[in-house]
Order: sequence, then structure tokens, then C-alpha cells
Amino acid sequence: MIGLIDCNNFYVSCERAFQPRLEGVPVGVLSNNDGCVIARSNELKALGVEMGTPAFELRPLLRQRRIELLSSNYELYGDMSSRVQQVLEEFSAGVEPYSIDEMFVRFDGFAPEQMHTHAQELFTKVRRFTHIPISIGIAPTRTLAKLANRVAKKLPIYGGVCVLRADSEEYEPLLRQVTLGDVWGVGRRLVERLALLGLRSAWDLTQADPKQIRQRFSVTLERTCLELKGIPSIEMNDPDEARQRIMTSRSFGRLTDNRQEIQQAIRQFAQRSAEKLRRQDGLARAVYVFLKTNRHRPDLPQYSPSAVVELPQPTDNSRYVLHAASQAFAAIYRPHYRFMKAGVMLLDLVDANRAQLSLLDTPESQAQRERNDRLMATLDTLNHKMGRGTVTFGRPSPKAAWLLRCANRTPRWTTRWDELPLLR
Amino acid sequence: MPDAKLIPAHPEPPLLPLPYPLPLTRAGLSGFPSPAQDYEGRTLDLNERLVKRPASTFFMTVTGDSMEAFGIAEGDLLVVDSAIEPRPGHILVASVEGELVVKRYEVLDHRPYLASGNPSYRPIPAADLECQAWGVVRAVIHEYSV
Repeated sequence: MIGLIDCNNFYVSCERAFQPRLEGVPVGVLSNNDGCVIARSNELKALGVEMGTPAFELRPLLRQRRIELLSSNYELYGDMSSRVQQVLEEFSAGVEPYSIDEMFVRFDGFAPEQMHTHAQELFTKVRRFTHIPISIGIAPTRTLAKLANRVAKKLPIYGGVCVLRADSEEYEPLLRQVTLGDVWGVGRRLVERLALLGLRSAWDLTQADPKQIRQRFSVTLERTCLELKGIPSIEMNDPDEARQRIMTSRSFGRLTDNRQEIQQAIRQFAQRSAEKLRRQDGLARAVYVFLKTNRHRPDLPQYSPSAVVELPQPTDNSRYVLHAASQAFAAIYRPHYRFMKAGVMLLDLVDANRAQLSLLDTPESQAQRERNDRLMATLDTLNHKMGRGTVTFGRPSPKAAWLLRCANRTPRWTTRWDELPLLR
Repeated sequence: MPDAKLIPAHPEPPLLPLPYPLPLTRAGLSGFPSPAQDYEGRTLDLNERLVKRPASTFFMTVTGDSMEAFGIAEGDLLVVDSAIEPRPGHILVASVEGELVVKRYEVLDHRPYLASGNPSYRPIPAADLECQAWGVVRAVIHEYSV
């Protein structure tokens, strides 16, 4: 069985951990680069505020003191995320971060009747240890775990924990309730095409013939179909997953403490990630980099750091992604530790066509942007035709200073000596 | 978009994260064990002593004089562990009316209170107010100006 642990309204929960007065208040977190809402508390969702809403549209609500808006504090979120991950790792050896606030956890070796108790325990433990509320969905496949997680979060009777088996009584009624648009890996366009065949709910898709699904749609949808039936078909490192996040990571062939070697890998991952981003017409707002030593070598010193660097504005430009990743790497790399794995993840993705132009986008920068777009397209074509890595970037030289708009950023409570919480 | 001077969202970790792995002492080339071998990789690490669970340990600073009776002065650094189950007698970080405060958990007449040990602050009945234990203070670090 595999579990999906999802931190509820993660960025907001991080803020609330240190400011309990924000509990119950509609809270939004804004990106610093373009001033759009990137995280919402349930109360803010209830007011009808959508993801990506530009801050200025919320000024009336803010003035009436009906809502609180905070600038994003990625340093805090990165630290809290690794705390959650540490608690999970104490519990299970198989923890794979899926994004900054979602982690897959293997729940193997538990008796079926004990599964729920263990999950419940983990649920309470993460909350108590890290102050981050989570939801847990456990199922035989990743797609079902994702669905169970959604159920755990949305239906109050589950109290945040849902264990779902394909042979259980609740399987059919639950899957009937979930529309295909809410199934992991089924995009909007696909939903419309499936509706034409009369397939609307997750249950409908489990009743379809996977072979036909492959012929009429794709292998990816066939896998989703199998997964919904409870047959594991998706591995974490599937290259063709277009599933709302971009992560490129790899284990090194051997343990290495060689700075050049690791840096080279990070740069490669960053570039690959940017390519994936462009392929799905997305823009990223921040870049997350992690390094891992080998946990199974207790004889070696352990150090598994991570860092988030915010991009100056939402972008799919390899150069900026690369630069941010290198910067994050430089901040966390330490000599003498022998690393086993490294990875780059792009955070807070937006649809390229719907991105807000930031206040700093002058016409010149629009022209520059178009030139960049052409450059990136050429780059992708070259690398595609002549083999990956044919054309790569050197290091950009940081020239103009960038003013990060983080007026409402809360202190970095957990990572700076001079910003620790003050207690009376 | 101008070339960006990106702001790292993470701080530089300390230059020598503790425990700092010492470079392996080279055993004598001749194959004789190095006399330094017993000390390999060993330094005294305050983290090891004060931080039992990094994931649930938070550092906080004290402001005000409310806890002076318990030997906690303004400016002291608290090592707070949220994994510990609070018991009477523990110094707690608690959320009281939306604010994080440091108090001593006491039971008077079978009722839980958050006390400050300073007569000018009354004990807060823990059952009444909307208050929740946030973590238990495992250590107080008082630094002298030297």
C-alpha cells in the first residue's frame, strides 16, 4: 500500500504555526515576484478568492480588514517541509517527496486492520511535532492514494485519514462521487473528450476497457485507468507524467562529495526541468533544490539539505531556472559529505497563457521576453534534434539588482537567529 | 527581464554544520594504526545534547520579565520541543488568545493553570481560555556578555 501525505493549505499552515491568531482568519499568501495569490486558507477559498488572483484586486477586502495577505516566506516553507519529511522518514523508509507539500510514503508491512491506526498515529504525530495539519490517503496505487487523500480532506467523517482498497465497500460509492477532472493526471481537455463517451466519474473509468482507452487516448490514461482499478502502474520516475509538478532527480552512480560533479548534475536537472516546463506551457515561481546523503550508511555523516530560491518573476527561461538552482546549490553544499542523490523541483507553477504581467514588465522587457521565447524554442529544437545537452548555458552574470517585494513577509522563524519568535 | 540578482530563500547554513565530520585521519602509510584513531570524527556537539528531535525542535527568544522567578530572563534562548507530552511542572510554550507565550504548567486543586511565577501576572486557567500547549521547553540558554 502507498500513502499520499498532503499538507493542508501548506504555506498558510506554516504561517499559522507561529501566529496562532491567524487561525480561523481568511489568509492568503502572495508571490513576491508577481503579487498573485499562491496559497489560500479555507476561509479565503470560501470568500471566492481564486488561485492566481492579483493582490490589487483584493485591496477592498484587505481595507475592510476581512482578510490577511502575507508575502511568501519560502525559507520558512522549505524548512517546515523538511521537518514534515523527517517525521515521515522516522515512520517509513520509503518517503518520496512529490512536491514541497506532498509526499508519497510506503505503508508496507502493516496488517490491513492496523493500517488505519498507524495512519491515524502518523496524522497526529506530524501535526503535534511540526504544527502542520496533514491529510493522509492510503491505497494500493498512487492514483487511488491521491483520490483517497482528497476524500480524507473533503469529507469530514474521514477526519483527515482515508484508507481505500479496491475490494472495500466504500470503493464504488466513493469513486462514483469523484469526477474525472479531480482524478490525478486527467486534464481538462481529456475530461471533455471522456464526457463524449459518457465517462464522467472515476468509477466510469474503472469500468472502461484499458486496452481501448490506450487505443483511443494514450498509454498515460490507460495507466490511470488501471491504477483506479487498484493495479499499480505508475512509478515515480515515469518520464511522461504530466502531473502538475516538475521534478528532475537522480541517484548518482556512487556516493560523491565532488562539488563539480554535483553542481553539474544540478545544472542538468535545472535545464531538463525548464524544458519540461516549456513543453507543458507553464511558468514557475520558485526553484527547490535538494541533496541527500545515504541514510542507509550510518557510518557516514548525514546531511540532507534543501533550499528554495524564488525566481524574479514567473518564468520558463532556462537561464533563470539554472541560475536559481545554482544559487540554491551553492547555499547548501558542504564539503566532506558524500551525497547519494540530488534533485531540482519547480514550484508554484502557473499557466503561461494566464500569467499576470508584473508591474515591472515594461515594453522593453516584453520584447526581451519574446526574444527569450524564440531563443528557448530554438534551444529546445537543437537539443531535441542533435541530442540532449547539445546547447547549454554558461553562467548568467547578475547585473541589475532585483527588488524583491516582500513587504508583508513574516520573520523566518526557524532559520535565522535574529528572527526567532519572541515569547512573553 | 533584467538579469536577476536572486534572493536565496534559505540562509547560508552554518559554515561548519555540527557535528562536523573530521577528515579521516590517515592511518600510517606503513599500516601502523594511527594513534589518533580513537578520536576519529569526534567533537562535542551541543545539538546532540540539547536537540533530541530536529524535526520538532524550535528555537525561541524570551522577552519580558514574566518568567524571572523560574530563572528565565529576557533575551534567553529557549529550546522548545513539540514532541514532548506536557506534564505539570514543565515550562511550556502555549498559544493563549492567539499569541505564543512561555509559562509554567501547574495543577492547582486538580485544575490546570499556566503560571508565570511573577505575582503581577495571575495564573491563567488552562481549561477556560482558548489555550493550547505548543511545545515543551527542554533547555534555556542564557548568554552572558563577555
